[in-house]
Amino acid sequence: MAEIHASETHKPEVDAVTGVTTTGHEWDGIKELNHPLPRWWLWTFYACIVWAVGYWVVYPAWPLVSSYTSGVLGWNSREAIQASMADLRAQRAEFAGKLDAASLEEIEQNPQLLAFARAQGRAAFGDNCAPCHGAGGGGAKGYPNLNDDDWLWGGSLEQIQQTILHGARSTDAAGHMGDMPAFGRDGILTHPQIVAVADYVRSIAGLEQVADAQLEEGKEIFAANCAACHGPDGKGNQELGAPNLTDGIWLYSPDKPTIIQAVANGRGAIMPAWQGRLDDSTIKALTVYVHTLGGGQ
Amino acid sequence: MNMATRDAQADEVGTDDGPLYEARRKIYPIAVHGRFRKIKWALLAITLGIYYLLPFVRWDRGPNAPSQAVLVDLANGRFYFFFIEIWPQEFYYLTGLLILAALVLFLMNAVAGRIWCGYLCPQTVWTDLFQAIERMVEGDPRERREKLKHASRAQRAFEAASKHTLWLMVAWWTGGAWVLYFADAPTLVMQLLKGEGPAVAYVWIGILTFTTYVLAGHMREQVCTYMCPWPRIQAALTDEYALNVTYRYDRGEPRGSFKKTQALKLQGLPGGDCVDCNQCVAACPTGVDIRDGLQLGCIQCGLCIDACDAVMNKINRPAGLIAYDTDMNVQAREQGRPTVTRLLRARTVLYAALIVVVGGIMLTTLATRGYEGLSVIHDRNPLFVQLSDGSIRNAYTLRLVNKELTSRQFQIAVEGVPDAVVEVVGGVPDTQGRPVVAVGPDQTYEARVLVSTHARLPQSASLQITFHAVDIESGRTASAPDHFKGP
Repeated sequence: MAEIHASETHKPEVDAVTGVTTTGHEWDGIKELNHPLPRWWLWTFYACIVWAVGYWVVYPAWPLVSSYTSGVLGWNSREAIQASMADLRAQRAEFAGKLDAASLEEIEQNPQLLAFARAQGRAAFGDNCAPCHGAGGGGAKGYPNLNDDDWLWGGSLEQIQQTILHGARSTDAAGHMGDMPAFGRDGILTHPQIVAVADYVRSIAGLEQVADAQLEEGKEIFAANCAACHGPDGKGNQELGAPNLTDGIWLYSPDKPTIIQAVANGRGAIMPAWQGRLDDSTIKALTVYVHTLGGGQ
Repeated sequence: MNMATRDAQADEVGTDDGPLYEARRKIYPIAVHGRFRKIKWALLAITLGIYYLLPFVRWDRGPNAPSQAVLVDLANGRFYFFFIEIWPQEFYYLTGLLILAALVLFLMNAVAGRIWCGYLCPQTVWTDLFQAIERMVEGDPRERREKLKHASRAQRAFEAASKHTLWLMVAWWTGGAWVLYFADAPTLVMQLLKGEGPAVAYVWIGILTFTTYVLAGHMREQVCTYMCPWPRIQAALTDEYALNVTYRYDRGEPRGSFKKTQALKLQGLPGGDCVDCNQCVAACPTGVDIRDGLQLGCIQCGLCIDACDAVMNKINRPAGLIAYDTDMNVQAREQGRPTVTRLLRARTVLYAALIVVVGGIMLTTLATRGYEGLSVIHDRNPLFVQLSDGSIRNAYTLRLVNKELTSRQFQIAVEGVPDAVVEVVGGVPDTQGRPVVAVGPDQTYEARVLVSTHARLPQSASLQITFHAVDIESGRTASAPDHFKGP
């Protein structure tokens, strides 16, 4: 009795149109044809599960309370990145060595070294200098533009390297020194005198004048107080970081209130010293990069 | 059957009505001889010959480029194909080739169904080779069945071992040939023989040995029926005019043994030409019965045609009971209508036209492409620089491309900015004071270029500037546009 029943239920139904057996599943009269998957697909599936278990054993996988299962290979991403960095350094070693050996002038004359130094310099500039000087060295109010040909402390390769190494008004004793005094705040000049000298400075820069400008008085005050650093003709002095007041480039602004502000309260922007913070070859690359931005002399 | 075995069976099959998984039905096709078999042998020899030997073909390009005719130089980002050299940025040629390949596939399909599958697909070609090796070692299926009855265990083991060894050797050679496309072939062969080859070469040889051995030796037709998407796509692209391997049931049915049919015919009853010898099924590399009509498993290889024709010749009936034909024509003959074979149809003409157009575009771009290139990026920050003398300067990064295999000197010139002075950073002007950049053979060079002008520019000026890199010797020029910004 049981055998007859079994053979009846196990006889697969055959679809009349296609001649294919059905799975026996039916939804609202729609029946599913049975195209069995190859059995090796099932084995592939099991193999994937086994592979996954193997992965847990070999690689870091499961989080624990305060650590994780590290896997028998002991692989971790930090070591992987360190290995990649070491590879990179090894790859660059040849050029890095040449860069260390060459003088700044030699680097600029060798196209390959120049490209290498500029690439390294650009990266270092972005990490260290861009916050003040801007991503491309374009500068900002109070922070010099490194692309132009006007330099506070000199634009030759050696001068740029010196400035990067030791800074200006920095904690480094070898750094550039020289402040703009606060002529007004310290009571050296009166307010009308400051206004007169501001008008005079604008006049030697070729800027527009107000009608009541006291240029003669301004000139005298300039000769007595400013010429020591800025020079008798206002062309500046790179030894002291005194800017050229006659050209079209202004670290702050050429408008009168800004000039009055500078004379009254002084200026003294700080460039930090990078020696000790950056290694010598990075500073070398930075020097070449800044020098080749366009303004190098 | 008791309840326990019933349950066990239900467990195994997963459903009450049929199995969800089925075991592999091993297909062991017989050897056939005939027209299509000959074509397949010829194509096998040509395609595998090209694949295995092409890396050894030499092509002299001078001292600054490799002398291998076909080479994928991954380290330097170059692809060499005889006289053509492709740079990474010209990779669109590969896109064009893929489009062409797809169109050719569509055209083949419109003309004669899946003949790509039957004759040219690597899966088919290697499977064919592996099956030939199998038959060579173990004999034709009939022979083998006889042999298995008498053969000793040792002999069977020896034959199996020889077959797999030969398969692995072919698979290994397949992987070996693959890596030769990525390095100088003779050098790499020597390195590999000495065990000094790069690790990646051994890894790839291993991978391709494995895939060839598994796909051609073991998976075979399952790749076509379960893994390959083309049968599904093809079914959607075909039409009733495509010449497919067709069992002409108008002639073959009702099938029956030779004697039975002769007897029927004598009585004036209809008798078909098919003697139901099953040779078409035995010859089929995918194990289908072509007499069931056009089906997914059929790869259009035509081996059943050869098998059937051989039988028809033997019993003196006309060949072509199975042939490249259409079901439409079979029905037409059945009903006494004329048959139609139409090669020129909208789709064949369209595919052919598209092939010509795409091929034409590719050839034109290839023939007219320049051997020098220039691209420009304007400094983002600062956009312009005011110099102490009041002039305005813009800085650019230029990338010069020299696709020739010799060093070249390019003069950098600009157009569109009045009184422009051009300076190349780190560049040494030539004797005439022109800014000049040297670019090595088959290389690019990145130059920082400063353009300044004393001219008074309008407020917020943005001038159209064009850079020219002029080859000093040949005068050939690459140009690129950009902007010159002012305050």
